[in-house]
Amino acid sequence: MTAVTQPPPAPRPAGPTLTVRPQQLRRRRRRKQSVMRWVVIAVVMAFFVIPLLSMLYFSVRFPLSGKWTGQAWSDIIHLGSLAANDPANYGQLWDGLRNSGILVLLTVLIMVVLLVPTMTWIRLRVRWLSRVMEFICLLPLTIPAIVLVVGLGPVYRIVSNMLSTNAIWLCFVYVVLVLPFAYRALDAGLGAIDVVTLSEAARSLGASWVTVMWRVVLPNIRSAVVSACFISIALVLGEFTIAELLARNNLQTGIFLVSQSDGQLAVTMSLVALLVAFVLLLVLSLFSGGRRSREGA
Amino acid sequence: MTIRTEPVGPPDLRAKRGVPVELRSLRRSFGDVHALDDMDLSIAPGELVVLLGPSGCGKTTALRVLAGLEDADSGQILVDGRDVSGVPTSRRDMGMVFQAYSLFPHMTARENVAFGLRLRGKGSAERRRIAGEYLELVGLSAQADRFAHQMSGGQQQRVALARALAIRPQVLLLDEPLSALDAKVRVQLRDEIRRIQLEVGITTLFVTHDQEEALAVADRVGVMWQGRIEQIASPQEMYSRPASAFVAEFIGLSTPLPGTSSGAAATVLGSRMPLLPGSPESGPVTVLIRPEAIRLAPADPADDPAVAATVLATSFLGAHGRAQARLADGTVLTAQMSSAEVSALAVGERVTVRLEPVPSLAIPPRAGTGSAGGTQAGPAATGRAGS
Repeated sequence: MTAVTQPPPAPRPAGPTLTVRPQQLRRRRRRKQSVMRWVVIAVVMAFFVIPLLSMLYFSVRFPLSGKWTGQAWSDIIHLGSLAANDPANYGQLWDGLRNSGILVLLTVLIMVVLLVPTMTWIRLRVRWLSRVMEFICLLPLTIPAIVLVVGLGPVYRIVSNMLSTNAIWLCFVYVVLVLPFAYRALDAGLGAIDVVTLSEAARSLGASWVTVMWRVVLPNIRSAVVSACFISIALVLGEFTIAELLARNNLQTGIFLVSQSDGQLAVTMSLVALLVAFVLLLVLSLFSGGRRSREGA
Repeated sequence: MTIRTEPVGPPDLRAKRGVPVELRSLRRSFGDVHALDDMDLSIAPGELVVLLGPSGCGKTTALRVLAGLEDADSGQILVDGRDVSGVPTSRRDMGMVFQAYSLFPHMTARENVAFGLRLRGKGSAERRRIAGEYLELVGLSAQADRFAHQMSGGQQQRVALARALAIRPQVLLLDEPLSALDAKVRVQLRDEIRRIQLEVGITTLFVTHDQEEALAVADRVGVMWQGRIEQIASPQEMYSRPASAFVAEFIGLSTPLPGTSSGAAATVLGSRMPLLPGSPESGPVTVLIRPEAIRLAPADPADDPAVAATVLATSFLGAHGRAQARLADGTVLTAQMSSAEVSALAVGERVTVRLEPVPSLAIPPRAGTGSAGGTQAGPAATGRAGS
């Protein structure tokens, strides 16, 4: 019998080819991912930016003559005096702008005053009600505006008799409309802190319930409140259907009316409203960052 | 850790003395569950009483009722002789430290400590001074400007303690303040709490499920069970003279062994064990034997086979160690001896069980005691009860 001995396998060359190849692959993959990322960003940005640029283009150029002009922007700046001089064409837009401004303030105020203490109280004392609260708050999301208006018609006839036909009373229905969005934002904020322990700690230190809300709960859900406010502002500034169907005048109905006589001003006004909302978002998100984030970890 | 005793606390709190607290016939039910069932408790001025018990025994409910965070169904709460039963939490003048981290996240440590002072109308400079003093008391002056998320769990609980003390409360309430901390920090902070409590002399009610913690810090320990205090006594008395089988089984380890009682002693595994008051005076009994009363020695062929056992496991616990052994009838017992003695034993080795004449509690004979698979007694068998 002969013993067969096989030579030991030759050591694999630890040359550069073996280590370089995966590196090249990795680099190529990274480059590919980077390109894809920029493509996605470009497409998304195009989706948002192209309409805005088109609006900007339309606002500074006469459609027929093709001449560049800043007239519409100048009119926006002097909208008050323009409305006073030509109330038939611009009065509705001016009124609508003013009404929407007041509606924003009232809606946000009522929403915060109504929702924040209620949701906090439910978390503190009646947790079993949270499902009911969630259901009620999300309900407006499932009801189309047109259906809402059918129900709101008789209600607003009473409101008109008791208060007035002023558009600012739309704030009540707007509070209902913003409930689903505000609820979600506030619920996330309250869920992120231990409301029960914090409020019990504050109470044990001598704080009244008002102090607990004002000094402990609100500062800790500030970003959630700000988010809820922003969503509410955006919704109120963009609401058209209910105001139109209830024959009330707000910014969107004003823009609609003015668009029939001065399309350029209407588009410029829409763009301004969008920019205001955008700037507001920036300001609020900076504000909501608060002290803690500035201090850093 | 050495507990400092020289008074370094804030002068205003040093001058303050504790007040007596009394809970009388407190009842509190949640549906069908009686969390507090006619509970009575008296705390002397400046005393630190720890309520200890298994999960659901009512200890936290008692503390919350005292704090005003829960309403009692009936009963009285007297603080310094005044009935505070109907007084809201914010006016009870009690400082509280919670199990969960409760620092206000949007405030620095200093602002947290100053929060209660602000509510009491103290000026800005005074608030700052007092907050600084209390932060120094808990050893966190350097962290005064940090937010909660910039501090460790132990530091957060120290700040919470400083915050609770800064308002100069009549009573300090501690609701499992150490349970969220890791073992080493827990022991450090436990000693720190005791040092500060002794320094400021404040009447304190401490709730915990950790018996080691309770025995380490308390002037008196109250063991709760089913909404009542089973026994309240000094840690030493609680351990060496348990008043009931529940207390004996809950505090420390004990091995239930069958015996025969006659007079003030019982015969267990051939040894005479003195019995504690409350034990049956005659007839068959189950005697709850502490691990330190059990010795395991190398087997001697001349010994009675009933006291022969086999070593199942040994564990090293620092200065002392523990060994588990199984008797011929299947009963498993735990012995606590010096580390040297324990390390001399080998798993599987045959040993002889001898009992030291340590006063023990006997209870009426329990089914299963002494039979195969005999159990270590009670929830304390793990050394720490559930939460």
